Amino acid sequence: MRRGTVHALVGENGAGKSTLMKILYGMQRPDEGTIALDGATVELHSPADAISRGVGMVHQHFMLADNFTVLENVVLGAEKLHGIGAKARARIKEISDSYGLGVRPDALVEELGVADRQRVEILKVLYRGARTLILDEPTAVLVPQEVDALFDNLRELKSEGLTVIFISHKLGEVLSVADDITVIRRGTTVASVVPSETNPRQLAELMVGSELPSPETRESTVTDQKMLTVDGLRLTATDVDGVERAVLDGIDFTIHKGEVLGIAGVEGNGQAELVEAVMGIRKPDVGVITLDGTDISQAPTRKRREDGIGYIPEDRHRHALLLEAPLWENRILGHVTEEPNSKGGLLNPGAARRDTERIVTEYDVRTPGIEVTAASLSGGNQQKLIIGREMSHHPKLLIAAHPTRGVDVGAQAQIWDQIRAARREGLAVLLISADLDELIGLSDTLRVMYRGRLVADADPCTITPEELGSAMTGAASGHLEGSADADAPADTVPAAAPADAAPAGGEDR
Amino acid sequence: MKKFDKERMLLAVAAPLLAIVSAFLLTALVLAATGKAPFEAFGVMFEYGVKSDSQVYILNKATTYYLAGLAVAIGFRMNLFNIGVDGQYRLGAFFGAAAGGAMGLPGLVQIPLIILVAMLVGAMWASIAGLLKVYRGVSEVISTIMLNSLAGILISYLLVDGRLGVLDKQTNIVATKALPESSHFFTIPAGGDLDPIWGFIVVAVLAGVGFWFLLGRTRFGFDLRAVGRSESAAEASGVNVKRMVLSSMLLSGAMAGLIGMPTVLNDTHQFTADFPVGVGFTGIAIALLGRNSPVGIALAALLWGFLERGANRLEFEGYDKEIVGVMQGVIVLCVVIAYELVRRYGLKRQQQKVGAELAAQAKAAKSDKQEVPA
Repeated sequence: MRRGTVHALVGENGAGKSTLMKILYGMQRPDEGTIALDGATVELHSPADAISRGVGMVHQHFMLADNFTVLENVVLGAEKLHGIGAKARARIKEISDSYGLGVRPDALVEELGVADRQRVEILKVLYRGARTLILDEPTAVLVPQEVDALFDNLRELKSEGLTVIFISHKLGEVLSVADDITVIRRGTTVASVVPSETNPRQLAELMVGSELPSPETRESTVTDQKMLTVDGLRLTATDVDGVERAVLDGIDFTIHKGEVLGIAGVEGNGQAELVEAVMGIRKPDVGVITLDGTDISQAPTRKRREDGIGYIPEDRHRHALLLEAPLWENRILGHVTEEPNSKGGLLNPGAARRDTERIVTEYDVRTPGIEVTAASLSGGNQQKLIIGREMSHHPKLLIAAHPTRGVDVGAQAQIWDQIRAARREGLAVLLISADLDELIGLSDTLRVMYRGRLVADADPCTITPEELGSAMTGAASGHLEGSADADAPADTVPAAAPADAAPAGGEDR
Repeated sequence: MKKFDKERMLLAVAAPLLAIVSAFLLTALVLAATGKAPFEAFGVMFEYGVKSDSQVYILNKATTYYLAGLAVAIGFRMNLFNIGVDGQYRLGAFFGAAAGGAMGLPGLVQIPLIILVAMLVGAMWASIAGLLKVYRGVSEVISTIMLNSLAGILISYLLVDGRLGVLDKQTNIVATKALPESSHFFTIPAGGDLDPIWGFIVVAVLAGVGFWFLLGRTRFGFDLRAVGRSESAAEASGVNVKRMVLSSMLLSGAMAGLIGMPTVLNDTHQFTADFPVGVGFTGIAIALLGRNSPVGIALAALLWGFLERGANRLEFEGYDKEIVGVMQGVIVLCVVIAYELVRRYGLKRQQQKVGAELAAQAKAAKSDKQEVPA
């Protein structure tokens, strides 16, 4: 990137933006490759290193002490530079004036709005002498007017010769403020473009990847036998403010044998709660859940598992593994009442160990043995073990929440293959994912979840990630009519909106 | 695989060894600071500790301590801190002794009955904390500490001449009515003119075997350990966490009820006003030292008995007997630190090893890997 420019870095959720920034800021060490600053190769071991070389970072989540004033927050940890008194105050005023930040040094941070806090964060970085600023999704928390003000600030910084790295997924904004754009996808740079030669749609395609799943996986295995029926599900929860609100409302769907039902949605719209309600971890207020003709609404989690629900949780460390237990004990977890793990109340460690060996071989779990703890495996191998475990009990229904999150590319393809293979044998799958490619590629039916409701449905054969993304932000509802095939002209979609919203869907946290 | 196991064994031994050695060194410093020759004191303790009558004493003490360690360890295994073992034990022993004094059944019936009463009372007392935690979210640490005080107050209220106590006119000590001769537990003669070994040691060993079997070989034990390792994962796996909290509290309390039994059935044959206090707390230290494993707790209980035996002798030889208290405290501190250090080291080491082994595998299979579509 060039000095005195705003360089935007765009990419999907999990594309590697944050990891790249952590490396640039010295929070993480790269395995290979070099970083050059002003032509000199540098090695950044810690954020302090980065700061001393003029690299500063403004985090997405502000790191300010609320009960301190702006002045105190700025000098905190940098007392050596200009002290904590009048000199520091003068310096803050100077920076604030020269970049038009308009910061009041004596205001208490807790009294400031979000935009002001962000300016304090920027000032903090500048105060420490940064010449290169990394802004991690700075607009995520701002309203449009504030975004404009921020962009004015950025242009100011740029004109003073500072370099800004701007991470975002809002393509409209990126195009309006950036001088150069780098698109990354699944950990590699897929394109470097300049705003004048591109448009939001093109950028979105680069981000999500244009290669849609190959058609041979499309042969339908859906039968007319209902496996899971959810009827009128409603779940209320009390939020942090003590207000009771519905996190799930009027949820109805049916999954047939051999069908994959994909649920798309921005995270936090009730997907996690839906999964927990089906698993029996949360008790819905009303609603009936029927599995293979049996009403399981009142059944405890263990009974549901025994009845044939396999579960791949979203957060495997918290919900699927005993990290400090050996692999074979993890193989028992969740299926302690089933063969081969136990018989009549007694564990059968020998059989469980043998079966773990089998899973390790069949599912290609890369491990030196089954006595190592689950924590020592990589994320992908942990996930393969979990999938192997769940599949080993021949589930009727598999609940897969983000099954390939944080998993390397090889393992990802393998996991997809396993789900497809099981589907051919009549498995019903409830798939929750933020990866739109994965959703469209694996699902037979797509539903969109927004604010606890299933607001739209779509046919994965015809829908594009952009259209799906648009529905995820609540912009569309009902049945989504996708463009007939992938290379339909761009004007079948309402101009900029979908391209802008699609990645936002996957990214918003 | 063999290599891993060997190393794990080594690490398992490393922690207690490190703890005890550093505890001895620290105590040596304390001794030196009081102006006494440290290693002489250790010599005195050791010489005295291996004498036959000391061995009987240590075994008998360890029987009580072992049961206390087990009671605490049941809670520890699922991350429950049952600080109330002391109260549960005292209350269980009290009611067991009172019931035993009031009945005149044949020993074969009465002894199990006394034990049952003690275990039930211990379990009930613990269940209060369990229920409070499950239904009202009260931390078991707080509630069990308060229940300890309540247990003490309840006993002093009931242990009065005319209530459940009997005043011994000669010694002026109030105690429960003495157990009939038939309800004395059998003893194992140690030969010569030595005191006999308490027969209850057999029950303690059985309790240890039961503990191992329940935790290591049953579904219930797996669920319990799963909750201890990760409550969220256990819940997602289908464990009813609330029920587990209650059951393990009950179990821990029932085990606590057993702690007083060797003393009541083998030694005092009644609950006296000066019945030992604080055994439940000793159990915490012993469970920590023994890593919550049945064998480890046994070793820890023996060590504790040995130290206390040594303390008596030290006093006789003109040392401050409090030095053993210091030593015990230091051991517990060292144990907690050493285990954590060794655990972290072991975990890191294992991750490195797995990484290294996989890297070697990956190198061999690199050509395959590159064929996987991106």
